Amino acid sequence: MTSADSTAKADMTAQLDPRARGERLAEEARAGSRRALARLLTEVEARTRVAEVAMRILYPLAGGAHLVGVTGAPGAGKSTLVAGLIAEARATGRPVAVIAVDPSSPITGGAILGDRVRMQQFAGDADVFIRSMASRGHVGGLATSSVAAAAVLDACGFPLIFIETVGTGQSEVEVAAVADTTLVVQAPEMGDEVQAIKAGLLEVADIVAVNKADRPGADRAAANLRAMLTVGVSRDRAMGDRPRPKRPDVLLVSGMTGAGVPELLAALDRRHAARSDGSVPGAAAGDAARLKRAEAQVAGILAERLWDRLRDGSLAAGTAATLSAVAAHDLDPYTAAERLLIAAGGGAADVPGGD
Amino acid sequence: MPNTKERPIKVLIAKPGLDGHDRGAKVLARGLRDEGFEVIYTGLRQTPEMVVTAALQEDVDVVGLSILSGAHMTLLPRIAEGLRAQGLDDVLVTAGGIIPDDDIPALEAAGISRIFGPGTTIREVADYLRASARHRDA
Ligand SMILES: Nc1nc2c(ncn2[C@@H]2O[C@H](COP(=O)(O)OP(=O)(O)OP(=O)(O)O)[C@@H](O)[C@H]2O)c(=O)[nH]1
Ligand SMILES: [Mg+2]
Repeated sequence: MTSADSTAKADMTAQLDPRARGERLAEEARAGSRRALARLLTEVEARTRVAEVAMRILYPLAGGAHLVGVTGAPGAGKSTLVAGLIAEARATGRPVAVIAVDPSSPITGGAILGDRVRMQQFAGDADVFIRSMASRGHVGGLATSSVAAAAVLDACGFPLIFIETVGTGQSEVEVAAVADTTLVVQAPEMGDEVQAIKAGLLEVADIVAVNKADRPGADRAAANLRAMLTVGVSRDRAMGDRPRPKRPDVLLVSGMTGAGVPELLAALDRRHAARSDGSVPGAAAGDAARLKRAEAQVAGILAERLWDRLRDGSLAAGTAATLSAVAAHDLDPYTAAERLLIAAGGGAADVPGGD
Repeated sequence: MPNTKERPIKVLIAKPGLDGHDRGAKVLARGLRDEGFEVIYTGLRQTPEMVVTAALQEDVDVVGLSILSGAHMTLLPRIAEGLRAQGLDDVLVTAGGIIPDDDIPALEAAGISRIFGPGTTIREVADYLRASARHRDA
């Protein structure tokens, strides 16, 4: 643990106003306090004013880290593989952070966040920071919170950041897709390739890791995948200027035994290096991912701001009435949205630190 | 989604000690999720260092320790102490499992705020946590 932590006492920033608290947490987190970093991530997750203030300070300091989205079917072995990649990166002394997202129950709002189970061996290593995050069903999309959390970790000195999401929901897949590199983890079980196509996973993959290579059938699954992806490529030529599917590399790995993990980390590093020096094909794709990430963040914040504005204060009653009219089929949703947009128009809301 | 900014209470469920059953802990994790909590489950054979690191990084409101191994008199105070050493004084620490009544006062003095005996219902645990955990509005 860092010295900043060992002298920490009960949260002294709790009494401060949002602006002072955001500035303080950002400063302490940058200086290495894991406690301040953890508190700041709580603010980011809840999208508070404190988080906004801190992001103004930290976002310009971020951008250098390699953000790797890890997705795949439930139980494919994502967390175990991430643990293997952490161990490999730590062997050369690189700090690593993980954001592990699991779904919230839409009914109760509760969640079980269980990815950490596979990564507990790094306790006590201050250069490994693991954070679980419930998806929480925000208006602005999951990407806004998780990408903001990644920016905070980046600014606080983590050059390699994994975001794990289950590859079953649109917003979960989107999170992995807006990372610099998208790693799709496949288990060799029968039928899984079809599942992956249905979920749109292979379209977003930069690298496909066929995991559980220690089990029978992994070789065949990798061969099947390669064959399928090649078919995609030959069709691809006839597509002219239409968006093309990516052509992911397929690697055989075992998160459990560690086989193939050094090669996988090397492949991830190569992609990051290609983007950084700008000389290699793939760099442009990396920039496209960053642009998509920027869009996901800003669009998410815009949607949330708009919605907050419509549900607060003097506009709340009108919004509720409009929604009731749509529910009763007295008004169509397009007209409703149009009216709400007009109602929400006008001057900018007050912004903390906006001077 | 309701238009409220009250966020779910975050609970770490961990099982320190060497025994190999975590069914009770898993049932509790599941039950608390259904009660609307965000539950971080860390599983079996957790060392005090693992529990403290997870509580710190996850910024939880509650640490719930499930223990059957009989090592509660050493492990539970060590965890409570480790949390305090990291400045996590405002985290509520509870325990459940097979703990003799005679040991309870010493554990309470060590910073375990509540010990749930066998037969406690999930609802009772949930109500206690809602009443006693720090509340942080966004
Ligand atoms: N044989 C074998 N089993 C593995 C391997 N990797 C993971 N597993 C097992 O697969 C199961 C799921 O592993 P996780 O790492 O939790 O999988 P996950 O994809 O993160 O699961 P979710 O986050 O729940 O979607 C566990 O029982 C692991 O022990 C592997 O390389 N080989
Ligand atoms: Mg997982």
